[in-house]
Amino acid sequence: MKTWAELQAIKADVNAKVFAASAPGEYRVLIGLATCGIAAGAMPVYDAFKEAAAGNDKCKVGQVGCIGMCQYEPIVEVIEGGKRTTYVKMDAEKAARVYKEHILGGQVVTDYLLVENGITCNSLEDTTFYKLQKRIALRNCGIIDPENIDEYIARDGYAALHKVITEMSSEDIVNVMLDSGLRGRGGAGFPTGRKWSFAAAQQAPQKFVCCNADEGDPGAFMDRSVLEGDPHAVLEAMTIAGKAIGATQGYIYVRAEYPVAVKRLNIAIKQAKEYGLLGDNIMGTDFCFDIGIRLGAGAFVCGEETALMTSIEGKRGEPRPRPPFPAVKGLFQSPTILNNVETYANVAQIILNGAAWFSAMGTEKSKGTKVFALGGKINNTGLVEVPMGTTLRTVVEQIGGGIPNGKKFKAAQTGGPSGGCIPAEHFDVEIDYDNLIAIGSMMGSGGLIVMDEDNCMVDIAKFFLDFTVDESCGKCTPCRIGTRRLYELLEKITGGEGEMADIDELQALAAHIKDNSLCGLGQTAPNPVLSTLRYFRHEYEAHIVDKKCPSHVCRSLLTFTIDPEKCVGCTKCARNCPANAISGTVKEPHVIDHDKCVQCSVCMQNCAFGAISKD
Amino acid sequence: MKKKMSSVPFNGTPEQEAKLDAYIAEHRAEEGCLMPIMQEAQLIYGYLPKEVQIHIAEKLEIPAEEVFGVATFYSMFNLSPKGKYQISVCLGTACYVKGSREVLDKICEILDIQPGECTEDGMFSIEACRCVGACGLAPVMMVNGSDVYGRLKASEVEAIIEKYKEFEREEKEYENMG
Repeated sequence: MKTWAELQAIKADVNAKVFAASAPGEYRVLIGLATCGIAAGAMPVYDAFKEAAAGNDKCKVGQVGCIGMCQYEPIVEVIEGGKRTTYVKMDAEKAARVYKEHILGGQVVTDYLLVENGITCNSLEDTTFYKLQKRIALRNCGIIDPENIDEYIARDGYAALHKVITEMSSEDIVNVMLDSGLRGRGGAGFPTGRKWSFAAAQQAPQKFVCCNADEGDPGAFMDRSVLEGDPHAVLEAMTIAGKAIGATQGYIYVRAEYPVAVKRLNIAIKQAKEYGLLGDNIMGTDFCFDIGIRLGAGAFVCGEETALMTSIEGKRGEPRPRPPFPAVKGLFQSPTILNNVETYANVAQIILNGAAWFSAMGTEKSKGTKVFALGGKINNTGLVEVPMGTTLRTVVEQIGGGIPNGKKFKAAQTGGPSGGCIPAEHFDVEIDYDNLIAIGSMMGSGGLIVMDEDNCMVDIAKFFLDFTVDESCGKCTPCRIGTRRLYELLEKITGGEGEMADIDELQALAAHIKDNSLCGLGQTAPNPVLSTLRYFRHEYEAHIVDKKCPSHVCRSLLTFTIDPEKCVGCTKCARNCPANAISGTVKEPHVIDHDKCVQCSVCMQNCAFGAISKD
Repeated sequence: MKKKMSSVPFNGTPEQEAKLDAYIAEHRAEEGCLMPIMQEAQLIYGYLPKEVQIHIAEKLEIPAEEVFGVATFYSMFNLSPKGKYQISVCLGTACYVKGSREVLDKICEILDIQPGECTEDGMFSIEACRCVGACGLAPVMMVNGSDVYGRLKASEVEAIIEKYKEFEREEKEYENMG
């Protein structure tokens, strides 16, 4: 166990030796080793630097979590004195050159720097992508070594825990959370302080603190990045929550698909226990709190709170009706609070800096910041954290760097399969919980997928319904059968068999599913259909009336034609057509028989003369 | 998701059973231990054959249908064995909008199997998986969970599959030599 004085000594030591501006000629090399970095090939880069720097005491090589710019992984930061240099799209060969020219020779290798809008940036901090962000939940990601508790402590880690244990009562903690205005970052936006106050008010021999790390929204990965880049922040916050509601046991329910996160959490738990910051008699007091890890097994519905708790109990993760709410009767029938990873990542900072500091950021009803996972048709895919109230335009155009290949923005999907699309006409919406609900979407956990003119909105709605049909747990009928019927209607429309009456049926069915489903999964499942109908009704009508897919996505509605002016009669298309739908003689323009054509587009891919078009 | 119970004969070893029993003995007193035990069993056997599910039920003194219920509820529990090379194509939103469906269709076409199935020679199995969190590399496919192929085009998958077939041929030749 470490005393508070010892922790302070560690903090001072690490700050002086690791984080302080080093002397000229002394280097720190940091490699982003989160899942996305590793997938892009960061391990060989790390090994190359390790090998090159072996024996050189003027160059320290370390790992950090997600730096945030997935597009440019593997990313390496070189720090000398107060100067940061960011190298992008690295490999082992480039690493050797950086080591030779920059670390040994003192010359920045400009070839590997990041270029944003035609401007070469020396470091990530010089980019618009970074400058417009405000990092609270991600404050340590990409900065500290997630497998080293000392670096977390050096960045004020566990100071908030010390504060609540020595200075604050349960009521004080709950009040700070209430005053801060922090709302649940998992999607629904319920005030965190209220949740805690309900559980604190219960009299029970056992209470639980749970963390939802079952990030199921496809396209969202902020929770994974926090767990991989700053696992102690979650442990500290859960322990604070334990103190606030009077619980002694916590569980983190994390996806088994996140092996790196699980590994780092296990390391963090072990280290925190060694330092006496978790387990029995925390910081030498009689407060005890332990945390266990439970692995999910791939069920989207387990992101719903009652289903998640049933799953921790080892059963099929089916939701149950509320009330009773988990704060009254949750895990193993005991009062339980459940918060999401990103919510917890804000807690220690709120305790340290005060409720007023936090509530000064954001909009009237949505305080603080929100992390978004930018993906889809956008130049800078990655993780961004912005103050609530930032406009969608700023996020997409400035931070995200706009849409690739000069295409036009069509819509952004927030809230994943439970949310909706935001069309270009709402590009200037200030993103917060209430504004998104008002335009038919929702905050969700923070996935933000950008779509351009090549994406068909009916197809996107069908994609999300395919997901919910698959993930519906089957317990209640409106969701189990209703979502399948919605999907079938969309299939009919994209298949060219739709009638105008189908639109009314979609709407009626969607309303019925929303009103009658048992849990959040079913209640929100029709949202992608409703929001695409609201903003892109013309696309539905084009599919139904004109039998055309305006974005040329829905195969059954495509017509392929050969331009006789461009066709030279090379016969390649005819030879490759699997349906024998193309006829013609050598050196004469060919023709496609539309009755035989199966719209596989093989001819178009094979034509060297650009003579074949689809409509 | 509908799951098929495997028709492949069960061939577990006593060592595997001993390993599983040791894990059960260690964890059986914990509340909610069923899922961790099943996850361990799948690590040991590679999938959850009917025989193993019944074995777990008997050891924990719970009905076998409870174990089966959990096994069929969660997509990560496999009731049939997987191929030597397990291909998974991410169908998360970011990958989907960038064309991962075409990648998946192409692989199915080449191997002549559907997602969730395994080729007859036991070499390749394919599945459409949920977001793997590497959205910056979309569209993404993985082989055996470790070889990651990003920014894929449908036209590139044939060469990737061929690479694994080549491994296989080399391995066979090597075996024949030895």
